Amino acid sequence: MNNTLFRVCPDTGLKFHRPAETLMKANAVAAVVFLLVGGFYALLVGLTRWQAVHLLAADQFYMVLTLHGLNVLIFWILFFEIALLYFCSSTLLGCRLAAPRFAWVGFALMLIGAVMNNVIVLQGNSSVMMTSYAPMGAHPVFYLSLILFAVGALIGCFVFFGTLVIAKDEKTYEGSVSLVTFGAITAAIIAVFTIISGAIILIPTLLWSLDLIAHIDALMYRLIWWGFGHSSQQINVSAHIAIWYAIAAIMFGAKPLSEKVSRMAFLMYILFLQLASVHHLLVDPGLSSEFKMFNTSYAMYLAVMASMVHGLTVPGSIEAAQRAKGLNNGLFEWLRKAPWGNPTFSGMFISLVGFGFLGGISGVVMGTEQINILLHNTLYVPGHFHATVVIGTTLAFMALTYWLVPILFRRELVMKKLASWQPYLFGGGMAGVALFLMGAGTVGVPRRHWDISFSDAAGAVYEFPGAANTMLALNGVFVILAVAGGAAFCVIVVASLLFGKKLGEDEKSPVPLIAEPPADADYEGIGSGTITVPGTLVFALVFFASFAIYYFVNWKYLGETWGIS
Amino acid sequence: MTSISPPKNRLWWNEPIEKVELIWITLVFLWGLVMAFMMPYWHVAGNQNLSNETYKITPAAYLAKTQAMVDQYTVRTGPAPKNFPVVHPPAGSDVYLVARLWDWWPILELEKDQTYRVHLSSIDWQHGFSLQPAAINIQVVPDYEHVVSLTPNKAGDYSVFCNEYCGLLHHTMINTIHVVE
Repeated sequence: MNNTLFRVCPDTGLKFHRPAETLMKANAVAAVVFLLVGGFYALLVGLTRWQAVHLLAADQFYMVLTLHGLNVLIFWILFFEIALLYFCSSTLLGCRLAAPRFAWVGFALMLIGAVMNNVIVLQGNSSVMMTSYAPMGAHPVFYLSLILFAVGALIGCFVFFGTLVIAKDEKTYEGSVSLVTFGAITAAIIAVFTIISGAIILIPTLLWSLDLIAHIDALMYRLIWWGFGHSSQQINVSAHIAIWYAIAAIMFGAKPLSEKVSRMAFLMYILFLQLASVHHLLVDPGLSSEFKMFNTSYAMYLAVMASMVHGLTVPGSIEAAQRAKGLNNGLFEWLRKAPWGNPTFSGMFISLVGFGFLGGISGVVMGTEQINILLHNTLYVPGHFHATVVIGTTLAFMALTYWLVPILFRRELVMKKLASWQPYLFGGGMAGVALFLMGAGTVGVPRRHWDISFSDAAGAVYEFPGAANTMLALNGVFVILAVAGGAAFCVIVVASLLFGKKLGEDEKSPVPLIAEPPADADYEGIGSGTITVPGTLVFALVFFASFAIYYFVNWKYLGETWGIS
Repeated sequence: MTSISPPKNRLWWNEPIEKVELIWITLVFLWGLVMAFMMPYWHVAGNQNLSNETYKITPAAYLAKTQAMVDQYTVRTGPAPKNFPVVHPPAGSDVYLVARLWDWWPILELEKDQTYRVHLSSIDWQHGFSLQPAAINIQVVPDYEHVVSLTPNKAGDYSVFCNEYCGLLHHTMINTIHVVE
């Protein structure tokens, strides 16, 4: 092998293929730029829905809301995920990246698509929200930009698969790929399914917007679009859970409690998670209850089970490693003495807790066939997905980025004090956003709505309970906190890349960047009795109790409304 | 070896599972069964199950059916400036509500504890039927006529507004449904 094509990281021993490294950097930088853009729009949205502030005019609000969703939910996350796929294949397997030029074509298509999309929406005639529900139409360039972006992302997935083949062929690793790479493979397989669903619906919609097709059936659009729209969120779930495992390994030298269970849980995502797209269609006409129940329970809640397994095994792997290192007293010594000032750890742990308690429970409850009647299209929905996608995915990506700055970019992190606070500011702010949006949703406040005082409506108005306006105001306050946290992240990363102390290729970072794994023998006799990770088990049981209580409370609410049959 | 490196034991699938994992998987699997059971159970024992009765229809045909109901059962005119008809159809009958940019038409007046076959369709884009404070939310899709049986359980004035974004005046799309004793 040509050594100039590779460098070995002096801190971690990871082997970086230089062309892959450049691609990772480009994708990660693009990701942060779109996060910054989308985060700015978030502030405008939050301040407009705060009824007393009501910042933007209606047409601007709907335009900015469209831009907010696309920039942070699609562009930031997908660019980061492509970087992650290259890292989990080329770097973790220590092999060259397949077809780097092809990967650059993919990057260019994604960048062109994302920029085109922002430009066309800013022109004001494509304020159709991310879902662009036909027969409400956007400018053809709107659909074209998304198609270009998706093709670029698909190329990234194929480069990833090609790299796996090369690693296998050139025997750069022994036995099976690591658990984290396995999680990335899960994400990439779901991504292919997702992008194909997107192509099936967006290509005809583009032709329809060009008057080449006469009619798009609105119900068909919804069914297939959500095969794309929701599955894309399953890519994120697989990706950020892979990152949780990776950070546990990096920070603590953790290994999975058992490979079999964690890998099965990833596999179950591929088998069942896409069924979740029907969550969006629970109060639609024309679909049978059997179809809705089978799909929304992911065939008996098997994908929920997978997430709950990861929710146990990720902190469990940390607890076991900490106990093996001697933090074996009581239930929670391992957690108390965790590095809470390190943003890579705190970001990951807040991501885990927020995703489970706020995002997971609300998602399953709202995704129950009948309970959805109470909550469909209310602010509860964005409340739920700000917990899953922002606290879960975005914060996990941020946490990993703090670690990648010295490893990948060979720059020391600047503003370390601010960085140690950033996950709390962002995670705490976003937890408030999620809770108050969900709270407003439970009293019926609609999502994607400029003015719930109905001041422009001629005649009828609806007086929401006073709590609705209070919660929208509190949401506005927490949006400001979260945006400050997001901005802090962007500033720290950009400043580190520009001004951080350069680390030579063979120069070790002054602080260790990867933990030494405990020896196998140290794992003997940890925990209490046959329970190796009692603290995690207690956490899991608290989670379970909250879940069950909240689930049945919602059935009770449902029973109080009109008869529906 | 850690989670970012290949498993040390090449035959990792033969390793035993941790006891904690077994306990948790069993508990979570049973919980999944409970939740999966609740939905069909509510179809049998609960009173809130959305009907799937749906027909394909054209906007013109749907408007005509609604107009026929309005012609037959209008009892008075609603508030200015819209002056929409207020329709009081007989209990148990077929009731039509049109969703359109940016109105719900006409105004319905229903009786408490009576069941109506409420038809929902849009004559243009997608809309969201949100009946508050009853907390009933139903997607309204053009070219599909969805028939839902509704039984109001409390008298009063309810609001129906749109909760599916439908263009620039989406937030003005609101009307009233009266429920009388």
